[in-house]
Amino acid sequence: MSLFEVKNITVAFGGVKALNDVSFGIDKGEIFTIIGPNGAGKSTLFNVISRIYEPSKGEIYFENQNISKTKPHNISKLGIARTFQNLELFENATVLQNLLLGRHIYKKTNILSEVFFTPSARKQEHEYRLKVEEVIDFLDLQHYRDTLINGLPYGVRKNVELARALCTDPKLLLLDEPSSGLTNEETIDLGFWIKDIQSLLGITIIMIEHDMSFVNKVSDRILALNYGKILASGLPEEIKNNEDVKQAYMGE
Amino acid sequence: MRFIFKTKYSQDINIAKHNGDRFWYSLLILIMVVLPLVLDDFYLGEISYICILSIAGIGLMILSGYTGLASLGHAAFLGVGAYTHAFLLTNGIPFYASIPVVIIVSFLVGAAIGIPILRLTGMYLAIATLALGFIAEHVFIKWEHFTGGNRGLPVPQPEFLGMSFYDSVFFYYVCLVFLIAAMFAAINILRSPTGRAFVAIRDSEIAAQSLGVNLGLYKALSFAISGAFTGLAGALLAHYIGYLAPDIFNIFLSLTLLLLIVVGGMGSLHGTVFGAIFVGFLPQLIAICRDYLPSSIGSQPGLEPMLFGLILVFFILYEPLGIYGRWMKIKLFFELFPTYKRQTFKKQKVFTKSDRV
Repeated sequence: MSLFEVKNITVAFGGVKALNDVSFGIDKGEIFTIIGPNGAGKSTLFNVISRIYEPSKGEIYFENQNISKTKPHNISKLGIARTFQNLELFENATVLQNLLLGRHIYKKTNILSEVFFTPSARKQEHEYRLKVEEVIDFLDLQHYRDTLINGLPYGVRKNVELARALCTDPKLLLLDEPSSGLTNEETIDLGFWIKDIQSLLGITIIMIEHDMSFVNKVSDRILALNYGKILASGLPEEIKNNEDVKQAYMGE
Repeated sequence: MRFIFKTKYSQDINIAKHNGDRFWYSLLILIMVVLPLVLDDFYLGEISYICILSIAGIGLMILSGYTGLASLGHAAFLGVGAYTHAFLLTNGIPFYASIPVVIIVSFLVGAAIGIPILRLTGMYLAIATLALGFIAEHVFIKWEHFTGGNRGLPVPQPEFLGMSFYDSVFFYYVCLVFLIAAMFAAINILRSPTGRAFVAIRDSEIAAQSLGVNLGLYKALSFAISGAFTGLAGALLAHYIGYLAPDIFNIFLSLTLLLLIVVGGMGSLHGTVFGAIFVGFLPQLIAICRDYLPSSIGSQPGLEPMLFGLILVFFILYEPLGIYGRWMKIKLFFELFPTYKRQTFKKQKVFTKSDRV
């Protein structure tokens, strides 16, 4: 049984069908990449999964549980974390505060214990910090703990967003164009990290990506979308040689 | 330049980050405590008023500065606090019991108003809160049983700890203690998960939501907490004014609070105190200046609101970080001397963010 399944998802904005009857399943521990030209519906798919968009039809299953009606803020509690295509960091906060927010779903204090900052609130901060430090070590963010996001270079910001998603201790990680805007070295580092997230942390990854050499290097399986429809899905080799995919990209 | 060598996570959690902090803030509190020995009743009254404004400012700062929700009707919460307090005191409830009730009532009123109103954002929220201010003013006029209507409501000045609120020294200490307590409460909220969630909502609602922050709940909570602080300030204000009339809690008071947080510096608790000092002394300053101006200008009736507006515009244009921002710049100038660059505080243009999700 797959860890995550999308069944017959259709999203329509007026007459435009951004996604048309899309179905696929993902096994635990996979790195699953979604590719496709601009406007293919990739980001729409992510927004449906994180419940920001309401699908017109279809269901989503995570660990055999139907999450099509779950509230958006409860998605991360189930163990699904995401990053955004155009960074959505908390800009006027430090890296540390951004990462600590990743622990928000584990909050046990109530407003009264916070107003008086009781020992339990202090203990909780320590627990949060322990996990955050693990992620900081994992992604080499030690230099930036107290820096405001405003003052960080783009590559580091991307990294912080990945770190923030990891702080939620997810089972499934959605990465929306993780390598866009990165230098070659940063992309190579990212490749190693993604592999490590899969093998060391045991997190399943769904990724939207355009850099095909990067995609072929890290993905276990690939899904190609065009105009909201599935063109092909399979191993990287199969997708590379698929006629429909070539047609969509090259227009041959 | 100070370099803090961190060896414990507690150092990031504690309020005082280093011994310098401890020394200067203790000194400040000490000065505030001995102040009545030097100052006369008039200035003590003024400083009490500044303390009250600061508490109200903390309330609005949490809502606008930290959660990023505008409010143009915050005088309503001052009114709720003041009338509730006066009503309870009139009915023989002692001071120490009345204050917690005032805080709870304002918290609940904030939540009750917050839940429906916070579906709106930006400009529409500002208009709705503006309307809230007007509605509250009318409720204070019409609900005569509770507020005394246009006749007004005298505020009883009961004995508390064997002292009278007519004693300006005693009232000054009461205000000071409440300001310090409110400050600690606000700092504690802001360094816990709830405060961070507020900041998250301010900077990116969509990211906050994807990290598990319940937007509706936390926005309402922010409104409620803000209401509670402002309500407390209202209760003290009732003692300060001595006689409540509905037109005290008008739009001008709301705008004064807004001016306070903008001038003080959005998103900083220091800013509330700086802003309160500024707003509290400004009318006095204007009154003094009137005497020296030619009478054709000095005796104009609309001088005060005009200057308030002018100052607000000036700060938004030239010092968006407010007095606290200016203070940070001066501090950094001396810390980095002689290598300070003006560009440090320049907000860089962000091209990476778009309206798309």
